[in-house]
Amino acid sequence: MNRLTLIGIVIVLILVLVAIFAPWIATHDVGATNLSIRYLPPSSEHLFGTDSTGRDLFSRVIFGARISLEVGIVVVAVSTVIGTLLGALAGYYGGWLDRLISGYVFNVFLAFPGLLLAIAMVAFLGTGLNKLILALCIIGWVGYARLIRGQVLKVREYDFVQAARALGAGDFRILLFHILPNSVQPLIVQASLGMAGAVLAEASLSFLGLGVPPPSPSWGVMIEEARDLSTLQSAPHALIFPGMAIALTVLGFNFIGDGLREYLDPRQRAR
Amino acid sequence: MRSNLKYKVLGGLRRVAILLLVAWTVVSLVTLLIELVPGDPAVAVLGEQATPEQFQQFRQKHGLDRPPFFFSFPRDASGERHFEWHGRDNRYTDYWRGIVKGDMGLSFRTDKPVIDLILERYPATIELAIAALLVAVVIAIPLGVVAGTHRGTWIDNVASVVALIGISLPSFVIGPMLVYLFAVKVHWLAPSGRFHWSDLILPSLTLGAAFSAILTRMVRSSVIEELGEDYVRTARAKGLSENVVIYKHVLKNGLIPVVTILGLQLGVLLAGAIITEKIFGWPGLGLLLVEDGIGKRDYRVVQGCVLVISMTYIIANTLTDMVYRFLDPRIRVS
Repeated sequence: MNRLTLIGIVIVLILVLVAIFAPWIATHDVGATNLSIRYLPPSSEHLFGTDSTGRDLFSRVIFGARISLEVGIVVVAVSTVIGTLLGALAGYYGGWLDRLISGYVFNVFLAFPGLLLAIAMVAFLGTGLNKLILALCIIGWVGYARLIRGQVLKVREYDFVQAARALGAGDFRILLFHILPNSVQPLIVQASLGMAGAVLAEASLSFLGLGVPPPSPSWGVMIEEARDLSTLQSAPHALIFPGMAIALTVLGFNFIGDGLREYLDPRQRAR
Repeated sequence: MRSNLKYKVLGGLRRVAILLLVAWTVVSLVTLLIELVPGDPAVAVLGEQATPEQFQQFRQKHGLDRPPFFFSFPRDASGERHFEWHGRDNRYTDYWRGIVKGDMGLSFRTDKPVIDLILERYPATIELAIAALLVAVVIAIPLGVVAGTHRGTWIDNVASVVALIGISLPSFVIGPMLVYLFAVKVHWLAPSGRFHWSDLILPSLTLGAAFSAILTRMVRSSVIEELGEDYVRTARAKGLSENVVIYKHVLKNGLIPVVTILGLQLGVLLAGAIITEKIFGWPGLGLLLVEDGIGKRDYRVVQGCVLVISMTYIIANTLTDMVYRFLDPRIRVS
């Protein structure tokens, strides 16, 4: 396993621990405002300083990890399950379902900037964590479905599948116990990169004011609040810490995804 | 030769069919999504205090008094839902009829034609996207070539890590940081707006940065792949200098897949432009969509912007595909 993958795993592990133990790690109330201590620079009392309303940035960044991870995990889990199910059925059975999914859904959804689709959906459905997750799942499952369909098309022709069929295994058994376990490797890579994508999408939409609404400590919201000129002038740290949190998180998942891809793809490993 | 032409025509027709399919889906989506808006758009725009006459007038002006689709399931007097057929006279076909004539309806807020608002903003977005593309190409090609030709060395590792960091740093972090450095710390550039040519520098750097990172990786792996080809060995064997081999032979072939990526990533660029425009107050389509459209709940503007941004993207994609077919004979046949 290469070094970057290891760094990625360490970053993600820390992130998970921070999210789980956020209430114990945070030093202040995330929502408590105090205008007499606004724009404070980092200190031992306020590790990351305070923002324009005197909230403790360290505690907010810590709790922000929860939002990012929640969105990432739910979106990736739901997208993976739906994508795997539909992709496997389309690849295995073919027929009208395959024509609908690979002929229409793949061509249309993948020919479309995902973020724009998410923005459009949130614009009409309204904002909020649940709607954000819904929008990201609707655009997210397609990539997994295409991946699994391709894998299933390949694996279903292998001899061991023919052997299982000859031994009298039914479609369900063949699909679940023979084809899928041999198709999921690239899915792990996709899921890891998907986590990076979902974290980024949540922060982007929240930054645009279309995701998690303001008082909550989403990293995207924090950056949006930190970027007006007076805050930038007096408290650039209000931008830097949540920005670093997003970048590190996305970097961590990208490192893992990249490393796994190289590990699983011998052609890439060789070079 | 003839079968080659046949495949070319078939491939082209297939692209056009997909283009039409996507266009149909996008239009259907933007017309039908408006039905999902929680509450009544008329109330959202006019406010609760408006008189019934004002509501009526508003709905009539924007065609909202017409049936939403070919059929609906309205409640009857007893509160039960029933199926009702409206025929071709509905908002869905209204929107299509308008689009064919280049009419996207009137803004809910300003009563101006949406198409005019969009055409007013369109050049700014295209300007930004092209500038960002140039920034990305200028950064990515040298970096990718150096990384690819020094594969496995520390130069390659540094270039690759820089590229990954670039991908992971979202534009809404890079953008405000650039504002902090160049507009707040030193007053070299304006923090926002589009008045002077220099106002383009920060937005195009912001939008181009992430893109250049993706591109660097593409150029790198493309160069590595080409370096393993036989013609490179031939070129070296006949005594060409390494520079000629790389810049005249490898790069020429290696850039073909990069062109495709450029086109495919244009969508990422257009979607990213929405965020970049918001950061720098750049008066393009993205700002129109987010501030005038979504922010003021002007759904006609939202529909128009989503439609125009997606169609720009899809048409650019189709053109890229055709350029790719033209450049790479292998694709033309397969």
